[in-house]
Amino acid sequence: MAQYAILIFDDAAAGDYTPEQQAASKRHADDLIDSGAMITAYALQSTDTATSLRGDVVTDGPFIDSKEVIAGICVIEAPDLDAALELARRNPAVQWGRGGVEVRPVAGGIAPVAR
Amino acid sequence: MVARQAVADAHRHEWAFVLAATVRVARDLDLAEECVQEAYAAALSAWERDGIPGNPAAWLTTTAKRRAMDAIRRERTFRSRLPLLVEPEEAVDELAPDTLDEHDEGEAVDLEDAVPDERLRLIFTCCHPALAQEAQLALTLRLVCGLPTPDVARALLVSEQTMAARITRAKKKISAARIPYRMPRPAELPDRLTSVLGVLHLFFTAGHTAPSGPALMRTDLADRALHLARTLHALMPDEPEVRGLLALLLVTDARRATRTGAEGRLLRLQEQDRSRWDRTALAEAHELIVAGLRGGRAGRYLLQAAIASLYAQAPTYQETDWPQIVALYDRLLALWPSPVVALNRTVPLSMTQGPAVALAQVEALEQDSRLSGYQYLPAIKADLLHRLGRTDEASAAYRQARELTRNEAERAFLTARLTDRETPPA
Repeated sequence: MAQYAILIFDDAAAGDYTPEQQAASKRHADDLIDSGAMITAYALQSTDTATSLRGDVVTDGPFIDSKEVIAGICVIEAPDLDAALELARRNPAVQWGRGGVEVRPVAGGIAPVAR
Repeated sequence: MVARQAVADAHRHEWAFVLAATVRVARDLDLAEECVQEAYAAALSAWERDGIPGNPAAWLTTTAKRRAMDAIRRERTFRSRLPLLVEPEEAVDELAPDTLDEHDEGEAVDLEDAVPDERLRLIFTCCHPALAQEAQLALTLRLVCGLPTPDVARALLVSEQTMAARITRAKKKISAARIPYRMPRPAELPDRLTSVLGVLHLFFTAGHTAPSGPALMRTDLADRALHLARTLHALMPDEPEVRGLLALLLVTDARRATRTGAEGRLLRLQEQDRSRWDRTALAEAHELIVAGLRGGRAGRYLLQAAIASLYAQAPTYQETDWPQIVALYDRLLALWPSPVVALNRTVPLSMTQGPAVALAQVEALEQDSRLSGYQYLPAIKADLLHRLGRTDEASAAYRQARELTRNEAERAFLTARLTDRETPPA
């Protein structure tokens, strides 16, 4: 098994997800949890709230100024890229016409364990 | 000398088979390639000394697999390797030591029948949609055809350095992202097959009309595409689009000898000597098309093949079945709404409804930004204008087409069309 990050991109100007879209995202997350594929997932506040640091410079806003920004991140476990793409394809954000997802293999990770 | 020839033949015909089988053991593309290269090198001296084995592919596969196993055993002791094979159902031990007798003439194992999908795994991995198409092209030439990197670079018109980097990057992605080395599942097959057929078709068109350079054709690339299409058809005989692609390549290739005249000049379809077309290839294509069309829903390659085949079947250009060709284009366009298809449809349309109707459609297509810079649009437009007697406008369009093409044979053709404006319309 390998781990893949699914980076969820959204149109920065499109506003919050509608209640239907939020419900669909929740259902998708529940499906991933039920199937055992989900490692972790986070939804992020809008990029209006982001602060970026580069060297000593602090700027208001996302690190890269672009039309589509990262709206959430989810890490899943899958045996290979085809399986990961299959799960990623089911992410409702792919179908909303306001963004999509990027699938990246995870190279390594450190999670705090109870010590 | 005989051994050298046998090794060269085996390189051309068996490379994909040997590599595909070795990857299963090596579980790493680089290691597998290395082992297969070594096996071919070993064959040179061994076949010289002991004679050519009854089944060269089996000899090479056995030798390459054994080298791969040795390498893995050596490596296993000090590092764990990144697994490439995601479904290693047959482990390294599949090769029992007593099958290693390379010179057993009595060995009648038909390898191609025994494991029909080995090469398919390789082809589908090289053409995985998660790889950029330029990487798919490069990997297929390198891994499936066994071309060394400098040759791949030359075939795809990029520098050797760029090509080496492209291949390395693609291989890295295959292993790091775990692109599986397996056949697509039935549900995935249509999409995955589309990538593979797209790669083969691109090779063929690149080989058939070299995008730049002096010769109209880089025949080696076209030959390889045809060979790959044949292999794919042999491996997947029931896939209608594989059949369609093979038929399309056969029909196009059947006219290869007559596409250019003296000094490499490009000849138009109506000028070509039909008696020199390869009738065997045309007949083979026809059978594939008929069987394909009978099979129900025709795909885009099959329809393209049917169109090309109808063009080729007519005893003369004038006797071409234009209405039938327009009808096939309509089906093709419904299935594949590409502006290039719409443009090509205007050619037979000009024969059924006249050049004025066709010209109106070409002018409408000129507004489509996807066709800007496409040299065949002004070329078709020029021909229609010429037939309508609007010679000045025709000349301007020929000039525009000439500026857009980088193939010298095509450019010379357009220059000639420009200079013999006085000739009566075709």
